[in-house]
Amino acid sequence: MAVSRHKDAVAPVRTRGPVSIWFGRHGSTAAASFRKLVRQPFSTLMIVGVIAITLAIPSVLHLMVKNALAISGGWDDALDFSVFLEDDVSLEEAGSVRDLILQRADVASVTLVGRDEALAEFREQSGFGAALDQLDGNPLPHTLVVRPGALNTPETIGLLREELTNLPETAAVQVDTDWVQRFHAILAIVDQSIGIGAALLGLAILVIIGNTIRLDVENRRDEIEVVKLIGASDGFVRRPFLWSGLLYGFLGGVLAVLLVHLGVFLLDEPVTRLAGLYRGNVELLRLSLEESALVIGGGAALGLVGSWFAASRRMRAIEPG
Amino acid sequence: MIRFENVTRRFPGGQEALSGLSLNIDAGEMVFVTGHSGAGKSTLLKLVALIDRPTGGQVIVDGQNTARVKRRRIPAYRRQIGMVFQDHKLLYDRPVFDNVGLPLIIAGAGPRETGRRVRAALEQVGLLQKEKRNPETLSAGEQQRVGIARAIVTRPKLLIADEPTGNLDPDLSLEVMRIFRRFNEVGVTLMIASHDIGLIDRLGCRRIELEEGRLAAPGDPAEEPAWP
Ligand SMILES: Nc1ncnc2c1ncn2[C@@H]1O[C@H](COP(=O)(O)OP(=O)(O)OP(=O)(O)O)[C@@H](O)[C@H]1O
Ligand SMILES: [Mg+2]
Repeated sequence: MAVSRHKDAVAPVRTRGPVSIWFGRHGSTAAASFRKLVRQPFSTLMIVGVIAITLAIPSVLHLMVKNALAISGGWDDALDFSVFLEDDVSLEEAGSVRDLILQRADVASVTLVGRDEALAEFREQSGFGAALDQLDGNPLPHTLVVRPGALNTPETIGLLREELTNLPETAAVQVDTDWVQRFHAILAIVDQSIGIGAALLGLAILVIIGNTIRLDVENRRDEIEVVKLIGASDGFVRRPFLWSGLLYGFLGGVLAVLLVHLGVFLLDEPVTRLAGLYRGNVELLRLSLEESALVIGGGAALGLVGSWFAASRRMRAIEPG
Repeated sequence: MIRFENVTRRFPGGQEALSGLSLNIDAGEMVFVTGHSGAGKSTLLKLVALIDRPTGGQVIVDGQNTARVKRRRIPAYRRQIGMVFQDHKLLYDRPVFDNVGLPLIIAGAGPRETGRRVRAALEQVGLLQKEKRNPETLSAGEQQRVGIARAIVTRPKLLIADEPTGNLDPDLSLEVMRIFRRFNEVGVTLMIASHDIGLIDRLGCRRIELEEGRLAAPGDPAEEPAWP
């Protein structure tokens, strides 16, 4: 290979355009940082694993809330009404009220439970048989168990309840939806707490990555001093550390998403079986594409920010002299 | 090219490495800075490279007053100067080629320009065959020459060297000085701190002699260190 001799000893370095420089440098720095991570697989796996677990915790909790909401979401509408009729309503009258209610489009079925039938059932199930014998007569009213149709919304359910209450034969209507609403309120609070917890865990990731990068900067102290001596800017010195931090966070995010998906995959079958005992087909919700992207992007962003702070702070202290 | 005007460098402890020093080096000159250990040679070069700042007076390099170069601009300033260190300051986790090419990468040169210039620099110091070697596997003299190749790869107008032959035997020292001489012949200004007065006299270059941070009085040269 012929090496051209340059007579002009003094000649400025011909540089490429700024964009080309940017891409050239980042491309090679990213590749070098990646190689460095691969060269120390054990410590890389440790750090990436810790980040992944830290990211997976809020993701899993959020998924649990999301699934609980989805599974319980239908409960509100599917609850039966117990319509207790007035004492003086006879069984025949109760039968005609049932037929009347059955004609409504928003009602799926109506079951008449006569007061004798109810007492017998109660006697059998409660174990208070002896106590009931002490009573003269049957204290229970006739009851209509109304199951709303599947197409109801919370508003039409409310309307149905009101109209059932307003029937002249009705003494009281009972729907036990309070606990469902309470359950949903609790889930909302839990979801908010997960948000706060996620912010704290994000801080933890900043610290983990920051500390890793800090040690890395410390280990390469001599190298940093040398490149600064020959004219490297802070940006040039910082670049490989930023890439390391970004890669740690990114890989941690990817691993977290994989872990969560694996968890859902393993739980899907037993949960579906359990839930299927109570209601029709239930399928566990997975992390959506947006949520997965958020976890991975969040991890990468935390890595970038953590390494930026750590590298900038440590670097400034390393000055040749 | 380099002008010191009444430059003082006083350390917090009160010691003065340089005391009211004034000197002038023209473009294209090759000048040696000599003096006993502790005379202030390294400090003088550090002020030129902005590794250190004077506590008094002014250092003007290539028309720029170094006091006006802000921290953020120091890297760009240093890129105009080639520097050779007594302890080489090479990076031992990469081959010779990458070491020599580092200033070009910092400056933003493309791979072809880098390859061309690195080989030209290595050829000038006679190490073209060793570009793939790790500097650790090279002798002290070869490492020193790698350091020189790195200093000249950007073809700076000014080259400063702090005891570049401190660890070398006389033959290697002479070889390194010859390399410097060749750069000087093509117009590079050189400022070299050295103890090796015998060698300097053979080269017939100008000598700036320091004594306790001042110019030694002419006709009263500091005695040469006596070897046992
Ligand atoms: N950081 C410092 N703090 C205090 N004093 C210092 C510092 N650096 C240098 N000195 C002092 O400044 C004086 C000049 O030091 P300098 O390193 O310039 O000497 P030199 O001529 O290069 O010596 P040598 O030939 O041994 O390298 C010395 O007395 C030294 O003790
Ligand atoms: Mg010195």
